[in-house]
Amino acid sequence: MSKIVRTAANLLFPFVLIFGFYVIVHGHLTPGGGFQGGAVMATGLAMIIAAHPFGRVKNAFRKDLLKVVEATGLTLFLAVAVSGFISGGPFFYNWIAHAGGLFGGVPTAAGNLNTGGIIPLLNVFVGLEVLGALTIMILYMLAGAKENS
Amino acid sequence: MNFINALPYLAIVILSLFGLTMMLTQKNLLKIIMGVALFEAAVNLFLVTLGYRNGGIAPIFTNAPDSPLMVLPTVQALTLTSIVIGLATTAVLLSFSIVIYKKYGTVDIDAIKELKG
Amino acid sequence: MKQLWILAATLIFAAILTFLISTGDLTFGQPAMADMDDYYIENGVEETGANNIVTSIVFDYRGFDTLGEATVLFAAVLGVGVLFRKLNTEEEEAE
Repeated sequence: MSKIVRTAANLLFPFVLIFGFYVIVHGHLTPGGGFQGGAVMATGLAMIIAAHPFGRVKNAFRKDLLKVVEATGLTLFLAVAVSGFISGGPFFYNWIAHAGGLFGGVPTAAGNLNTGGIIPLLNVFVGLEVLGALTIMILYMLAGAKENS
Repeated sequence: MNFINALPYLAIVILSLFGLTMMLTQKNLLKIIMGVALFEAAVNLFLVTLGYRNGGIAPIFTNAPDSPLMVLPTVQALTLTSIVIGLATTAVLLSFSIVIYKKYGTVDIDAIKELKG
Repeated sequence: MKQLWILAATLIFAAILTFLISTGDLTFGQPAMADMDDYYIENGVEETGANNIVTSIVFDYRGFDTLGEATVLFAAVLGVGVLFRKLNTEEEEAE
């Protein structure tokens, strides 16, 4: 793409990532959550992939790192779900919710970030998984389509 | 039955008919995949339409008025899952169409019929 | 001839859908049974501590379905990786 598009993409890229992270972390207070914020962050990465020529993009993204990010997201999601057995509850029990400490506060009408129990943790891990999954799919399809040309 | 009350359901019927005719009559593989995506969009709209209450606000308690009337939140959770599954289906279908184009050189479904007969 | 079958199938589908919607008990704006959702709206904030009722349903009350959905997304990435696998190893051997 032309120089204007490349410069604009480079300029907007950190802001899109920050906005996506905001949507992920505030999932229990405002509309949004893990899947939506993960899609916004993957859109930021897709903007960079679309703006730069393919030779530069192929060596800039390490596919192994993205695969590790995606697998870590799903594994940690499962670990948080299994950790409900710690306090004697069933699978997926929300044992952090009203117990004080991190994410265990009291919900208010104006939105307290310190509440929610296991919900913000699950949001972050699902966001990591969706980011890794969408970027891996775009990179594989681009490499497969550009094989001969 | 009141016609104005049934207007969202009429829109869902029209959208799903568009998706169905695109799936049945088009010859280009990418347009068939677009028909599948349109049909899934109609189904998601139907799910969200089932949970509306007259005069209700979004089911979020941040900066909400006291004792508000809220729409049903369960169908919105079902729609979220349905959207992600639609994304996964479309991604695998498009990967198939890339591989078919690599092998045959065309995406016209009349020229790809090697399994026929 | 094939066009005639397609037209007949589309007309039958349209007739079935319109018949179901016009004579069924679907009213827009007044859901018939809302007892479960009223329970979620009343007690959702106290039990889970989250202001967003939809997120508390997706991740706390029905968290098992979200686990299945994350697995479906993972399986889709596996499917795309399998389809493009031969091309990737050809590129790595050529380097």
